[in-house]
Amino acid sequence: MAGKPKLYYFDGRGKMESIRWLLSAAGVEFEEQFLTTREQYEKLLQDGSLMFQQVPMVEIDGMKMVQTRAILNYIAAKHNLYGKDLKERALIDMYVGGTDDLMTFIIKFPFLPAEDKEKELAHIIQKATGRYFPAYEKVLKDHGQDFLVGNCLSWADVHLLEAILMVEEKKSDVLSAFPRLQAFKANISSIPAIKKFVEPGSQRKPVPDDKYVETVRKVLRL
Amino acid sequence: MSGKPKLIYFNGRGRMEPIRWLLAAAGVEFEETFLDTREQYLKLIKDGSLMFHQLPLVEIDGMKMVQTRAILSYIAGKYNLYGKDLKERAFIDMYVEGITDLTNMIMMFPFSPPEAKEKNLALIMERATHRYFPVFEKALKQHGQDFLVGNKLSWADVQLIEAILAVEEKFPAVLSGFPQLQAFKTRMSNMPVIKKFLQPSSPRKPPPDDRYVATVLKVLTE
Repeated sequence: MAGKPKLYYFDGRGKMESIRWLLSAAGVEFEEQFLTTREQYEKLLQDGSLMFQQVPMVEIDGMKMVQTRAILNYIAAKHNLYGKDLKERALIDMYVGGTDDLMTFIIKFPFLPAEDKEKELAHIIQKATGRYFPAYEKVLKDHGQDFLVGNCLSWADVHLLEAILMVEEKKSDVLSAFPRLQAFKANISSIPAIKKFVEPGSQRKPVPDDKYVETVRKVLRL
Repeated sequence: MSGKPKLIYFNGRGRMEPIRWLLAAAGVEFEETFLDTREQYLKLIKDGSLMFHQLPLVEIDGMKMVQTRAILSYIAGKYNLYGKDLKERAFIDMYVEGITDLTNMIMMFPFSPPEAKEKNLALIMERATHRYFPVFEKALKQHGQDFLVGNKLSWADVQLIEAILAVEEKFPAVLSGFPQLQAFKTRMSNMPVIKKFLQPSSPRKPPPDDRYVATVLKVLTE
């Protein structure tokens, strides 16, 4: 079944944002259905559209796909962003695993109690600058290429750029000790499909605000 | 570089257990190095062996692989346990991700504070019987085949049998409402490679005890 993929999620970043990034980097147009009420969510449940009762859900190629990583794997492979062989895929999976762990802290951040936020912010910056960014800086330094894997744009590059921008939103000079990541950021951001996504007017979602948190809590009854 | 894969982890299940299961199901022999001191762990970091300073670590085919999912995907891909095409892989990924959400609850359980244990245990049972097991019961019923995807053993089947046995250790009658899963469990348990893995003296690890929890905390905490 052809036609554009259709994304079912809240009107905000959350776990769907990486999927929006990857589709955009692959040059794939997509539609979105935003969940704003509990009733919409319950209808999806009743319809049997959500395999494990959870969103994100993406209708793509005749499937109602759930589980963020499964969706991302499928898009990456379909659009040749998953390396040329098993070993390149292994590297991409490792790198994406790291950026996913980092971005998960940031995804959870808006839902923390106010009194925990300052400490968690420091923790995120410390993990970014002490654990994750050094790892990717080293990968780029060791092979001297523009892309993380196989001298060719892959999902890993898109995911890392997303992570860098998210951390920079919390601390704008976070890349100051990472010259290769600075060059990487400039390089990847200049790729036309990605440049377009980073500009206003794209389907990229803004930093989550209180309204977003409230909507998620209301719809999911958290 | 050939030779057996080498697993570096604590002497217990944790995040390494699905890897042990998958290698065993693929008929691949492996070696293990067990960490029980902080010094061993710090040495691995200093050597640059742990890309994100985390375990599991698996040395396989000349790579020092980290990130559980990356390792499992590589093994599944290499040993033909990942479906025959992109769509089969999509289903395997969806199922595996769902099962992993369930097994992560079990894995984290020994580390939950005493006052949260009863609630967490109830949640494991609720999720298993209301969210996860029904999906696989339905899938098996609908196609009437022995395996979850593509009428052939895949990573998803191995992950599911592991999860079923882990939940049964906590709730022995958990499969009572799931006849398809009962038959699946019997079939899988009788497959030679899995039967062998289920015998005492295999590399399969026992349920985590206080000693295991203490070791993990000692090694990973400053």
